[in-house]
Amino acid sequence: MCPVTVSTQATRPQTLARQLLPTNTPVSLIDPDGHRVEGTDLPMPADEVLLELHRRIVLGRRFDTQAIALTKQGRLAVYPSARGQEAGEIGAVLALRPQDWLFPTYRDSMAIVSRGVDPVEVLTLLRGAWHCGYDPHEHNVAPQCTPLATNSLHAVGLAHAAAFKGEDTVALAMIGDGATSEGDTHEALNFAAVWKSPVVFFVQNNGYAISVPIAKQSAAPSLAHKGIGYGIPSMFIDGNDPAAVYSAVAEAVRAASEGLGPTLIEALTYRIEAHTNADDATRYRKRAEVESWLARDPLTRLRRYLLDRGLLHEEDIADLDAEGEQQAADLRTRMNLDVTPDPDDLFRYVYAEPTPALRSQQQELAREIAAAEGDA
Amino acid sequence: MTETVERPTNRAASPSPTAPPVTMAAALNHALADALREDDSVLVFGEDVGALGGVFRVTDGLASTFGDHRVLDTPLAEAGIVGTAIGMAMNGLRPVVEMQFDAFAYPAFEQITSHLAKLRNRTKGQIELPIVIRIPYGGGIGGVEHHCDSSEVYYAHTPGLRVVTPATPSDAYSLLRQAIRCPDPVVFLEPKRRYWSKEAAELDPNGASLDRAVVRRAGTDVTLIGYGGTLATCLETADAAEDEGYSVEVVDLRSLAPFDDATVAASVRRTGRAVVVHEASGFCGYGAEVAARLTEQCFHYLHAPIRRVTGFDIPYPPPGLEQHHLPTLDRILDAIDTLQWRESGRSARAGA
Repeated sequence: MCPVTVSTQATRPQTLARQLLPTNTPVSLIDPDGHRVEGTDLPMPADEVLLELHRRIVLGRRFDTQAIALTKQGRLAVYPSARGQEAGEIGAVLALRPQDWLFPTYRDSMAIVSRGVDPVEVLTLLRGAWHCGYDPHEHNVAPQCTPLATNSLHAVGLAHAAAFKGEDTVALAMIGDGATSEGDTHEALNFAAVWKSPVVFFVQNNGYAISVPIAKQSAAPSLAHKGIGYGIPSMFIDGNDPAAVYSAVAEAVRAASEGLGPTLIEALTYRIEAHTNADDATRYRKRAEVESWLARDPLTRLRRYLLDRGLLHEEDIADLDAEGEQQAADLRTRMNLDVTPDPDDLFRYVYAEPTPALRSQQQELAREIAAAEGDA
Repeated sequence: MTETVERPTNRAASPSPTAPPVTMAAALNHALADALREDDSVLVFGEDVGALGGVFRVTDGLASTFGDHRVLDTPLAEAGIVGTAIGMAMNGLRPVVEMQFDAFAYPAFEQITSHLAKLRNRTKGQIELPIVIRIPYGGGIGGVEHHCDSSEVYYAHTPGLRVVTPATPSDAYSLLRQAIRCPDPVVFLEPKRRYWSKEAAELDPNGASLDRAVVRRAGTDVTLIGYGGTLATCLETADAAEDEGYSVEVVDLRSLAPFDDATVAASVRRTGRAVVVHEASGFCGYGAEVAARLTEQCFHYLHAPIRRVTGFDIPYPPPGLEQHHLPTLDRILDAIDTLQWRESGRSARAGA
């Protein structure tokens, strides 16, 4: 899935007023039944953007399903699924330009794949072969961040450096509802606001931080309301509406690029799967709740909208499904090849040059491994 | 003993007849100014480092000279300072950040240990973070609670960080210049009570390498191992011990991580005795690592167990009691006295 150049500018009629306070209800452009929602300030993305969103969501979901299957086959140590969050994962990434940076978390494998990183490289972390399998500079994607919220500060720093150097680069930090309780999120919002850094804080509120529901996480009217305390314009959007996500992030990227500083976006969505394959979601939520969110599926509504307008046809969907199957098969094949991480790598990258003590430990381990192989 | 001795390089370094005396704070200021001047990618930031020039005046005048885009006051948030420094370094800058006091650096601990120390390793070298975190540390200045911690071991225990601490003004300059050039993240610990110590010496941007210990005083009977704030105490003790008939060698560790096994072990093999001195609590303190390594490497050369003279295992005392906590000349001399001189035949050692 290589990034496709899609104009983010075409359908934007005018500069939107940048409000510190978000709307009280999430903004949608396409409702769960696939109908256009009128009366919002957000511009509807161009048709070719909507088609590309649809394509990437189909492929992203197939990737996610395949990764879950690989976990069951023991090929991944763990996998946090983003099923149900495809609009946020894909919509935000498609709105980024090649020179922009993505700062993802462990749940954002789908977003990284959509950015163009080889899925096998993405899954290096989760298969346990190394902590990060891709070169962050190749696609401007930071390593997946496991400690919550810490990546938001890295995004601010990278964006500030870009502004310092006079480069037009925007950094997008992906964080979740739980991460908004962490101090680093608040420090990042504050630094970005004071420095007017070109950053987009993209909060996917998927309802749960592992098992803890949003009601126990925050008493704010919405997570987007947190922006006003820092002087950051904020948006509260329907995180299951790919058009709304794309449009909101594109607006925020444009504002950042124009020197208007950061934006906080809360995308209201839902984690359909458990936290990871190791989690049991039935202990803390009811099936009916999950069903109600399945009825608001991001792919279903976008597809309906495109079919109704004659932009998409059933044979296109069949072709796309076939493409997804082919990619999944390729991923399966490549992930079924055993990888043998090199023990020497444990010592190589701790410092620019290994210290004498590390060299000695490396040799010690090599001798131990050689002796064990000799015994075998 | 026929090993080559790296001979001293003592505390007065090589005083130039023309060099005016400079304090450690001023030497650090010169180092920052010279680094800012030579490399456009160097940024200095932290709390109060701008107009005020830092609470210890280490950044005095830098903002007016280099502009507040190069030397900037940040919001008061240490994780924010280190976290944004990481992002800046990912984008090609070389941030030098200041934590205002040792204990005020703790909010940045997660950014330091989970990211700063690990991103190179996490990405197999594809992300490099040439960041210096300057931290004034240690006691001896009458500071109230949270202003006098010796926090070196928290950092030294974390693989991926370099931890260095200067003991003299000229070395402060040299170490900071090297730290800023270093491709690895460096925790740069500045001994507060030596900020105003003076030395007449040329400021050398190179000097002894960033990861080496230096013999500051040659001796034959016992090696005193100190760093940062305790080095001056060790040197004073060595002079006093001379009067009691002990020839004391003093090693300045400078680099706490990595540890310079070669230099320190060579000294201890020459003298056969060692005392490690630091302000931090002894339990799980830096001296424990030094003693363990030297025991492993020098066991058959030792005439006595390696002793540690450290702070007590207590929270740092209030100013009215800190004199009881800090290692003193007398306490170090007492430790030297216990090193089994009679049992090993002192006179034989002297002639060896």
